[in-house]
Amino acid sequence: MPEPKQLDIKQLYDGFRDPATVRQLARTIAHEAQQLLQPLNIMEVCGGHTHTLMKFGLKALLPQNIHFIHGPGCPVCVMPKERIDHAITLAAQPDTILVTLGDMIRVPGSAGTLAQSRANGSDVRPLYDPLDALTIARQNPTKTVVFFAIGFETSTPMTAVLLQQAEAQGIDNLLFHINHVLVPPAVDAVMADPQVRVNAFVAPSHVSVIQGADIYQPLVDKYATPVVVAGFEPVDMMEAVLRLVRQKNAGTAQVDIQYSRAVNREGNLTAQKLVADCFVVRDTFRWRGLGPIARSALKLKPHYQHRDAEIHFRAILPKHELDDHKACQCGAILRGLAQPADCRVFARGCTPERPLGSCMVSSEGACNAYYRYQSPQRAAG
Amino acid sequence: MNSHTIELGHGGGGVQMNRLIREVFFAAFGNELLQREEDAAILSLPSGAQSTMAFTTDSFTVTPLIFNGGDIGKLAIAGTVNDLAMMGAKPQYLSCSFIIEEGLPLTTLKAVAQSMADELAISGAHIVCGDTKVVPRGCADQLFINTTGIGLVQKPGLSASNVAEGDAIIVSRDVGCHGATILMNREGLELGSALASDCATLWPVVEALIAADLDIHALRDATRGGLAAVVNEWAQAATVTIELNEAAIPVCDEVRGLCELYGMEPFQLANEGTFILALPAAQAEQALAIMKQFSPSANAAIIGRASHAEQQVGTVVLQTPWGSQRYLKVPPGELLPRIC
Repeated sequence: MPEPKQLDIKQLYDGFRDPATVRQLARTIAHEAQQLLQPLNIMEVCGGHTHTLMKFGLKALLPQNIHFIHGPGCPVCVMPKERIDHAITLAAQPDTILVTLGDMIRVPGSAGTLAQSRANGSDVRPLYDPLDALTIARQNPTKTVVFFAIGFETSTPMTAVLLQQAEAQGIDNLLFHINHVLVPPAVDAVMADPQVRVNAFVAPSHVSVIQGADIYQPLVDKYATPVVVAGFEPVDMMEAVLRLVRQKNAGTAQVDIQYSRAVNREGNLTAQKLVADCFVVRDTFRWRGLGPIARSALKLKPHYQHRDAEIHFRAILPKHELDDHKACQCGAILRGLAQPADCRVFARGCTPERPLGSCMVSSEGACNAYYRYQSPQRAAG
Repeated sequence: MNSHTIELGHGGGGVQMNRLIREVFFAAFGNELLQREEDAAILSLPSGAQSTMAFTTDSFTVTPLIFNGGDIGKLAIAGTVNDLAMMGAKPQYLSCSFIIEEGLPLTTLKAVAQSMADELAISGAHIVCGDTKVVPRGCADQLFINTTGIGLVQKPGLSASNVAEGDAIIVSRDVGCHGATILMNREGLELGSALASDCATLWPVVEALIAADLDIHALRDATRGGLAAVVNEWAQAATVTIELNEAAIPVCDEVRGLCELYGMEPFQLANEGTFILALPAAQAEQALAIMKQFSPSANAAIIGRASHAEQQVGTVVLQTPWGSQRYLKVPPGELLPRIC
């Protein structure tokens, strides 16, 4: 048997950042976009795409009649304050360890962040890999470990694997607080607003690696807007824009897969089955900035309710809904009705160090991307 | 010694502590000044030429204690010695305090002390005084080390505020290795790579740069906050714009790969043996040639320049390979991975 070839991470992105290819795509887009009958208002649904746009300065390479409207696809940004308060309440319980992912620990709830709770004595641990929760639970048998699960369709299967491993290994002190949300209902809620001028979508490839590209077909059928499922490298993003321009010029509206290296129409059926085995869709879920959206989030199946922290800690979890700071425009930004710079506290009262709103906290948030990468030419002007 | 682990008694000031000091610390760092065992070391600085001194202190905590490319002891020496070197000072004398958690294996402490001795030999500095405390289990994370250093200034006037319009900005090697290594070791990531911390003593290369009589304006080691923190501090202190060419900043594939996985920026990761240098552009090639003769800076590269662009003073502008520009900012605080 030949040795399995080792995959170098570099091979995954290198060619997709080639400056010459990006510039050539920019020229082709500029040429073909001249034929557009009306401006192209692209919503890039995912915060990762917003970051690609800003980090690689792609907006400056595109013609005047192509605009981007930043969508609600940042899992931290769309969590309402009451869910953050749940995390803080859970972390404050005696003999409890709260484990969660990434930026969650910096997001302010009604009274501080998880990072501040940690400094005040709560046991809060950021994880790099959700499966590390198993080790923590095993090493702390007298404590209750709560995994505050967050993310879109991309990260849900990892939570499902963690749940099934905990069951299989009989690790009984691991509970779950589920905040997994779904892309299509959120996009549908945005489009239902008559003020929204979006007429094309760039959809995140990693969601469709799991769920397939077909999840966007209802959107295309309902609103007649083209959708391109795209990767996160600059060449991917530019090619997706070109494909949207071509669909517009041809008068078509369909789901197109740019990220053909890992996405097909059906998605990863094994992962989907795993998710279906563990979760059911909630009747409704409140999104920060977007309000309640029907069937837009998941919760544990009744079969796993012995692991559901929302049931286990029902008596102590805060129930009232909390709105954002009055000056914060995250809601309008998440609906694509405002740009970060339109917010009067942007980069003044609200910065990544002292965020007022969640779009500034998360490394996937639109305000954070604008703050980190804002173009010097623009800032000077 | 009889015991294999550090006990509270090793910090008690009695026989057990004296034995620990002799068998571990004197064995590794022994020198005449240290072994006088007075309450303070009496230092005589060489008379004549230079009379200005640089004085610095740093405390070291790291998990894990031993990582690819170094350990807490090597860090504790290189870190303080490098801070002196960055001010143009030849490292002379160090103090060294250990705060040890009860239960630390004695072999670990010995290995750390030996590593410190090896690192001291590179700059020729000596530990001349020290302190040992042992705290109960749970009151410290295995081992904390503080070192304080004194050096004789050989090249006065180095300062962040001296960076001037027209200066070239040079980095001594590829960036982000220490931060990426600690992340990899701490999280038990098996990336199957040869990634190692850049932890190194920089005095030999700095000494050569000083000897060449170059008109160096500023030197700074890019520790926490990485390259991004240093150049931002310079831009603000000297009220200049620093323009960096992203494609020219060396980053090894392993570091870039790890940053891709976690959504981090290599320019914001910590380094422990990497420095940034500013000097007139006309002397940049000469400085580069000297730096390339020393192994810690064999991959040195010119990465940008200081200018005085209207309305951008105090900022760092990154020219991307895609023909666009963006600001390079200081990381906000704790580096956290992205969620998806």
